[in-house]
Amino acid sequence: MTLARVVGTIVATRKDPRLEGYKILIVKPVTPDGKDEAGYLVAIDTVSAGFRELVITVAGSSARMADGCKDKPVDCVIVGIVDGVSIDEPR
Amino acid sequence: MLIARVIGDITATCKHPTHEGKKILLVQPLDLDGSDRGNPVVAVDSVNAGAGDRVLLVQDGFDAFTSVGHKLAPIDAAVIGVIDHVELVSGFEGVGAQPAAAAAAAAAPKKQNKKKNS
Amino acid sequence: MQLGRVIGRVWSSVKNPGLKGQRLLIVQPVKADLSPAGRCLICTDCTGAGAGELIYWVRGREASFPFTPEEVASDATIVGIIDELNLAGKKKEPAC
Repeated sequence: MTLARVVGTIVATRKDPRLEGYKILIVKPVTPDGKDEAGYLVAIDTVSAGFRELVITVAGSSARMADGCKDKPVDCVIVGIVDGVSIDEPR
Repeated sequence: MLIARVIGDITATCKHPTHEGKKILLVQPLDLDGSDRGNPVVAVDSVNAGAGDRVLLVQDGFDAFTSVGHKLAPIDAAVIGVIDHVELVSGFEGVGAQPAAAAAAAAAPKKQNKKKNS
Repeated sequence: MQLGRVIGRVWSSVKNPGLKGQRLLIVQPVKADLSPAGRCLICTDCTGAGAGELIYWVRGREASFPFTPEEVASDATIVGIIDELNLAGKKKEPAC
């Protein structure tokens, strides 16, 4: 799973019927201390995430195990909204 | 499948029950010229390979957990064979390949190492 | 599977029902010499791993198998805590 920040939305009228009714968001991976990383992901939203929120995404075939994504053509799903992140002090 | 070299093994007391009683190896995937290809991988052993051996590595979940005889085990890499010999078509100049003579020279000392180990 | 070190954790209250009750740990993948290798990621855990521990983790669909029959939407799970790393005769005890 990856930490990411919601940076945009996608609107698509013509799409696979199994994706109808789902919010499609653009997310940018971030490091645990909040810095942006290269690249972006297009993810289906299952938790009503909002703009600029820090989220958890799951990728690959495990994405279809998320509630509400069974048998859907998805490979990246937002499965959580992050409340807090703690990083241990390096020893 | 990839060619890899066993570079170490791992002891873990606290692990998933399906990994119990299995040897867990640290293997380094190799290019055809014997150089490292990416980062080392932790793989479950199904053929009793040892340190220094060149082995066949599978990195697909289904292949990996069926080779160690566990269905639905959280295993995504397994060692499924010990390589005795690799032969490349002469004149092949693909990525990471080298002339047959150099390849033989590179392979020769490795074979000696293996004998010492076993 | 790959080597990694637990470097932190993530809290989330709004999450997919499949992730309820799962601990979410931040893992830094490491190489054989324990130096960092690539980006950090979030892993679920089936071993009870804690801060700073050297672990190995599994990626892909297999990551949800430890929790069957529950369907946990996870693509990375910690499946073992490393006590000792034996690199061709040289033993490395992970500092923890």
